[in-house]
Amino acid sequence: MRTRWRLPLRLAVLAYVGLLVVLPVSTVFYRAFQHGLGAAWDALSAPDALHALWLTLLVAAVAVPLNTVFGVGVSLLLARHRFPGAWLLDALVDIPLAVSPVVIGLALILVYGKTGWFGNWLAARGITVIFSLPGIVLASAAVSLPYVVREVLPVLQEIGTEQEQAARTLGAGPLAVFRRITVPNIRRGLAYGVTLTTARVLGEFGAVAIVSGAIAGKTQTLTLFISASIDDLDPQSAYVGAVALCLSALIVLTVMTVTDRSRHAWHRETML
Amino acid sequence: MSIHVEGISKRFGDAIALDDVTLEVPSGSLTALLGPSGGGKSTLLRIIAGLDAPDRGSIRIEGEDLTVTPARHRGVGFCFQHYAPFRHLTVRRNVAFGLEIRRRPKTEIARRVDELLELVGLSHLGDRYPAQLSGGQRQRMALARALAIEPKVLLLDEPFGALDAQVRHQLRLWLRQLHGTLQVTTVLVTHDQEEAMEVADRLAVVNQGRLEQVGSPADLYDHPANEFVLTFLGPATRLGGAWVRPHDLVLHRAPGGPPPGALEGTVARVTHLGFEVKVDVDLAAGGTCWVQLSRGTAAELDLRAGQRVWVARVAPVPRRPRQELSRI
Repeated sequence: MRTRWRLPLRLAVLAYVGLLVVLPVSTVFYRAFQHGLGAAWDALSAPDALHALWLTLLVAAVAVPLNTVFGVGVSLLLARHRFPGAWLLDALVDIPLAVSPVVIGLALILVYGKTGWFGNWLAARGITVIFSLPGIVLASAAVSLPYVVREVLPVLQEIGTEQEQAARTLGAGPLAVFRRITVPNIRRGLAYGVTLTTARVLGEFGAVAIVSGAIAGKTQTLTLFISASIDDLDPQSAYVGAVALCLSALIVLTVMTVTDRSRHAWHRETML
Repeated sequence: MSIHVEGISKRFGDAIALDDVTLEVPSGSLTALLGPSGGGKSTLLRIIAGLDAPDRGSIRIEGEDLTVTPARHRGVGFCFQHYAPFRHLTVRRNVAFGLEIRRRPKTEIARRVDELLELVGLSHLGDRYPAQLSGGQRQRMALARALAIEPKVLLLDEPFGALDAQVRHQLRLWLRQLHGTLQVTTVLVTHDQEEAMEVADRLAVVNQGRLEQVGSPADLYDHPANEFVLTFLGPATRLGGAWVRPHDLVLHRAPGGPPPGALEGTVARVTHLGFEVKVDVDLAAGGTCWVQLSRGTAAELDLRAGQRVWVARVAPVPRRPRQELSRI
């Protein structure tokens, strides 16, 4: 029985992944380079495309470290301290996962927009959040907020506090305990959380579309650029943008996997 | 170096973990905090180490008040029940941890780690990770790690609790020897009275957050301050309204009449436990007791259930009045 079903089962799974992921993505790659490398390069080096790529990377460079620090902080708070309202914080972190990004974007406009709660106060100080870079960063950070917490918190809970206490009795201060004991222990979860956060920030569309205004060459990220290119009947730009997006994500994934593997062979012993 | 625990109290919410505990641990001694689980002994150990803060009372080590000193400045070696190995570091780096924190020169660290690994017999396993060690090896690594900082006192929380019986026995003897070599003041927590008596030269019995009695193992066994200490430290049975050790009782078949002071009863059950034979007796005056006999004695008496016997105390150890007992 088992051997008879093994082959069809494998084929079914491969076909599923192939039809959903491999085929569409490779089609995009094929289309991007359909008219040769030169045409692809021209499309990519158009000012709006380059700006979109640059803006996307810039947003990731700000939002990802922000959420990494925040995510580790919240995880430590929830795992290591007892305080009233901890359950609420725990639940709030998940809201961006549960609520549509469009709603998050809309909510940000309500708070930070010109007529929003902080809008006047910020405008009086010459700070525009909505339809500019801060808003895009805010929206990206908001939608990718849960990933680091959800990867790191369970690890912190699983390793417990004994190693940290042992380090304290051996003379380590809070910073040394964090750096020498906590970080190496959560490294794998953290790496995965950061990867997910980055992927989400790079790929975010809905929330950013609402808060950015999608002004070409100004507040247009790669995803918005792709969408606009499709609307403008400029498929070559859309394909090249998509490839650039894929490659950015692929680079992040590779870097994370390589650093994680080379540094911590011990995980294979302990985590199995 | 001596430890003075003075009037320590600690609550966790509504639960009283420790209630006004005062204890002196003499320099160079190996003291066991003995008592049932949840009695507060681990909490006391953690308070001495600075891992928990007491609500009241003070901790002095070698005369210096350390009550509010953070754990990292106390110079106390602490071994956790589950060893708390640093999983991402090799055995060598685990042992070196305290020295690296203190920024000692690399050559000195290497030399010291070599010595310690030699001492605990792990020289050949220095490059392994904790996950590749057995329980006993992890325990010894944790000890070496704690000893590396040349602690003023060594605190061990249930050091043998997570090991199987044979390894546990070996490690007890080994710890005894190690203590003989190093002479470092050691406090260990255990709920196993046999372990405490075998390893420690002083026992402090802790129950329900209170210190019941302190003294040498023999002292506490023969002169327990109260019923709890008596029943916790060894077998006990009641005869004529008083507690007595079952091996301090004899049985008579009384062919020449019962000895004076003996109580009449009927053998309810005879249980053979190897060298020891346990005899349950229903007393004629009401109640039951049990008597611990050697196999030879039991064979001579040819005991069977239903027989009439007389139970008497032998060699009663004189019980000192309670106020003379060493309750420091």
